[in-house]
Amino acid sequence: MSRNIKWRREFTGRGLVSLCGMAIVILTLAISVFLLVRGSETFVTFGHSLSEFLFGMTWKPADDMAGGGKVGAALFIAGSIITSMVALLIAVPFSVATAIFITKISPELGRKVIRPAVEIFAGIPSVVYGWVGLVVLVPWIQELFHLPQGQSILAASVVLSVMIYPTITSISADAIESVNPKFLEGAYGLGATRWQVIYSVLIPAAKRGILTAIILGLSRAFGEALAVAMVIGKMKAFPTSLLAPAHCLTAAIASDMGGAMDGGELNAALWSMALFLFIMSFLFIVAIRLIGRKGQANA
Amino acid sequence: MTTTSTGAVASEQNKNPLTQVDASIRHARFSDRLATGALYAISGSFVLLLIAMLSYIMYNGIEAYSGTIFSFTDEGIGNQFFNTIYLVVISLLVSVPLGIATGVYMSEYAAPGRTTDLLQMALETLSSLPSVVVGLFGYLAFVVYVGTQWNLFSGALAVSILSIPLITTTTYNALQALPKGYREGSLALAATPWETIVHVLLPACVQPIITGIMLAAGRGFGEAAALLYTAGMSTDINWNVWNLASPVCPLNPFRPGETLSLAVWASRTEGTTANAGDVAAAASAVLICLVLFFSIMSRWLGRAISRKIEGE
Amino acid sequence: MTTSTLAYRSAQTASSDIAIQSNITFNCRDVNLFYGKFQALKHINLRMERKKITALIGPSGCGKSTFLRTLNRMNDLVRGCHIEGSINLNGVDIYKEMDPLVLRRNVGMVFQQPNPFPKSIYDNVAYGPRLKGITQKKVLDEIVEKSLRQAAIWDELKDRLKKSALGLSGGQQQRLCIARALAVEPSVLLMDEATSALDPISTARIEELVNTLKNKYTVIMVTHNMQQAQRIADNTAFFYMGEMVECADTHTLFNNPEKKQTIRYVSGDFG
Repeated sequence: MSRNIKWRREFTGRGLVSLCGMAIVILTLAISVFLLVRGSETFVTFGHSLSEFLFGMTWKPADDMAGGGKVGAALFIAGSIITSMVALLIAVPFSVATAIFITKISPELGRKVIRPAVEIFAGIPSVVYGWVGLVVLVPWIQELFHLPQGQSILAASVVLSVMIYPTITSISADAIESVNPKFLEGAYGLGATRWQVIYSVLIPAAKRGILTAIILGLSRAFGEALAVAMVIGKMKAFPTSLLAPAHCLTAAIASDMGGAMDGGELNAALWSMALFLFIMSFLFIVAIRLIGRKGQANA
Repeated sequence: MTTTSTGAVASEQNKNPLTQVDASIRHARFSDRLATGALYAISGSFVLLLIAMLSYIMYNGIEAYSGTIFSFTDEGIGNQFFNTIYLVVISLLVSVPLGIATGVYMSEYAAPGRTTDLLQMALETLSSLPSVVVGLFGYLAFVVYVGTQWNLFSGALAVSILSIPLITTTTYNALQALPKGYREGSLALAATPWETIVHVLLPACVQPIITGIMLAAGRGFGEAAALLYTAGMSTDINWNVWNLASPVCPLNPFRPGETLSLAVWASRTEGTTANAGDVAAAASAVLICLVLFFSIMSRWLGRAISRKIEGE
Repeated sequence: MTTSTLAYRSAQTASSDIAIQSNITFNCRDVNLFYGKFQALKHINLRMERKKITALIGPSGCGKSTFLRTLNRMNDLVRGCHIEGSINLNGVDIYKEMDPLVLRRNVGMVFQQPNPFPKSIYDNVAYGPRLKGITQKKVLDEIVEKSLRQAAIWDELKDRLKKSALGLSGGQQQRLCIARALAVEPSVLLMDEATSALDPISTARIEELVNTLKNKYTVIMVTHNMQQAQRIADNTAFFYMGEMVECADTHTLFNNPEKKQTIRYVSGDFG
């Protein structure tokens, strides 16, 4: 092969992959810009205030270009925050316990049984979680607490906790595994039992990684749409009890966008919700980066 | 009685302190055993939960079986099954080349520092996007602005946005993990960087890349929120029409195409047809089978391919 | 030959046991250790004198570190590790009659890499006492001060006890680790190449410290540095290929060894 062709290929190949890299950056920018533009229409075109959107209790946007409705999305925002927080409260202890088990208690069982099981958990589609939640969990909750309907914040949180369990477990396990064994030896050498080593040295040493895992789990719970939509009850009321049906941002977008007129106030308000979700997920990334950077500085 | 108790005290005192276990050790041993038991119980219960869920789903799927449930008609989920596979294949056709190329660019060509940081940030942003937001973007960009209706191709593009970060990251990590000698050895033989990438580096990364692609495919099968307003929730296929331009031709990517996961969602939330419950049960079971099949395949295929390449 | 060297020439006579008992901390008889099928220690017989510094030397992979770790049962943590023979501490079999937690409280260990926990200096030293169930702040304060003083690092650290231990220099970290081990009030201190990761000045300070510690503690140290053994050890044992080849007082072992392998090793032929 002549040198000429060789280097022409190099040039083409390099150009091609560079284009692809650029395309990804442009795609990300495009998504951000679309969301910013459409999401800000609620405030720019329809003249609502940011505080009305974030804290307003009345959700009655008009489904037309004239506008004039109310876009208080507080009930959706609260629903999203409460369901994901409760999901975290349920999932984190179990996840961290499993992560400890597969790394320090029985790596053998961990490798052969638990890790594959966690991977399968992660692969189950979210609508299937939602469906099982709807046909199994919701009737249980209804019966257990004698409720008119079982769809509730509790149901949504439990479904979400099972969904984020594999994420938090596997990332925490990686973090625990990367703790330098010299710390553990030091503690054993002072006469600590395995459990004492785990809670007083191992977990503090892995806390950044575990925190990263928790934020990723939170991010996944916050952005999950259909599984939550199936079991939360989609009640447009401010959540007052764990057992009450409620609503959340993702479910509202999923169920109302189809019927909303393009360019109308409802449509714009739903886009603002999407923008809010986008900003939240961006903040989660920033948080993870900050934790990582602090970890580097300390190491 | 007094003599025995004083005798016991005396013998306690005679014992070597090294053979004694004090209260703090007894307490520590007890908590250790308790915690170990709890960790076993928690990890075990999740395995049981998984088994219970999988068997529940499979059992209901089999119970929902009727002559028509797997048929390629309105009562069956055959068309949805086909749409699911077709959509994932199209999305992989887009995301695999783009994802691998970006991974290669990031690892081999991009200047470390600002360029890779920018790309990294972009990828992290993409991968953390809620899928319903990706669906909205897809709806606007691929459906509204193009001026068309809901269609499979838009759905495939939306799914691609979700799988590109995964494929790129696995490619990048695999390339970064290669020993430096691979590059130096090839470059020393007067190969260009591009030849090194194509003939040496990428073949050495086949296994992790395949695993990444399979993982992306598995997610694609299960994706629903991103497809709500892109691929649409209806399907109208005529298996006798093979004119690609026809809106009822199965292979026409520019027709609406409901996937299995959307069928689960639709039948439980809208419940328009009489056998909605059965459709959801059967579709869930088929989805689970697809996902399991792909996760097993990815391990097997990855191992087989890397064995073949290393063997040659 | 003095009685102590007699003991070190691994006298096989049981009758001398009781007479020497009070001078002996560890008494190891026919110790064999296996990692799976690999035998890492072969028929080790060794006694170590109380309140003396014993150095274990030998080429890398000779089993000296493995042996040191059998003395506080750190090898229990290694999967597939299996041990035969008996090791007595003050007349008590550490594998049959003693709880490993009791053993490790009596036999402290300092490791090759300084390994202070990612906690404050105070919490590092107080870690062991807290394990023992000591919670009163006043008592802990006293123990922390006493231990840091013993490790000759109190003056350097007393004003920043609440700061992270990871901010200290390598030499300071290692002395903190010694203080941490002393805080549990052991009778024996094991040191596994404790200065090999340190610069010469830090090494000298640690050696100086170890020399003062032998007034109160029995010190058993593994070192790959023969000069270090000659500088501070009272007795030295030479390990080779999993066997304890020879043990004597340091001067004798280096200047007048009996075995051929020892002669070759101390004269620098290999290792």
